[in-house]
Amino acid sequence: MSVEKTGPHDLGGSDAGTISRETHTLQWWEKRIDALYKLLSDDKRNILKVDELRYAIESLGEDAYARYGYYERWTLAMRELLVRKNVLTDQEIEDRIAHLKEMRQ
Amino acid sequence: MNAAAVFKTGDRVKVHVHNPPHHVRTPAYVQGRSGIIERYCGAFANPEQLANGDHGMPAIHLYRVRFSQPDLWQIAEPGAINDSVDVEIFEHWLQACDERK
Repeated sequence: MSVEKTGPHDLGGSDAGTISRETHTLQWWEKRIDALYKLLSDDKRNILKVDELRYAIESLGEDAYARYGYYERWTLAMRELLVRKNVLTDQEIEDRIAHLKEMRQ
Repeated sequence: MNAAAVFKTGDRVKVHVHNPPHHVRTPAYVQGRSGIIERYCGAFANPEQLANGDHGMPAIHLYRVRFSQPDLWQIAEPGAINDSVDVEIFEHWLQACDERK
C-alpha cells in the first residue's frame, strides 16, 4: 500500500544508503540558534512553540528541506515565524545582516 | 480532554490514512498499518493545532503503539523477525482492529 508522505521531513522507510555514525560537533552558531529557540519558547516569553517550529520547518519546501542542514532549517523557520508574529520585520533582519557584514570587513 | 481513553494496553489498533493540509505527528509509514497499544501515555494538547499557534485544547489521549518491523517494511530477514518500532500516536488517528495487517 502506498501512503502519501506528510511532507519532506517524513522520511521513514525511504532508501537512505549507508548512514554515517560519526559524532557531529556543533558549530558556535548552531548552539546559538538552539539557545535562541529555547529563549523564544520559554514560559517567560512564549513567543513560539516547538510545534510551530516543526511546522515551519516542514513548510520550507522539498528543495530547501533537502538543501539546508538541520540548524539552517531551524534558522529559516524561526525567521519566518518571527516575521509572521510581528516580532521582527524582514527589513530589520536584512539591515542587521548588512550591519554585521560591514563590521566584519 | 472530553472522555475516557478508548484503548488499553494490548489492544490492536489500525492507524488512519490521512494527509490533512496541516502539521501532523503521524508518519506515513504507519498510516494504514496495525499495531498493539504498548502503553497509554496521557492526554496532551493537540500538536496539529499547536502548530498553528492555537492552544490545542481539549487535550487528546496519546498512546505508544508497537509495530512489527517486518510488517512495516515487508522484509523477512530471520534476525529481524521480532524487531519492533514504537510510535506515539494520538487517539483520533486510531481505530480498533481485529486482524494483523
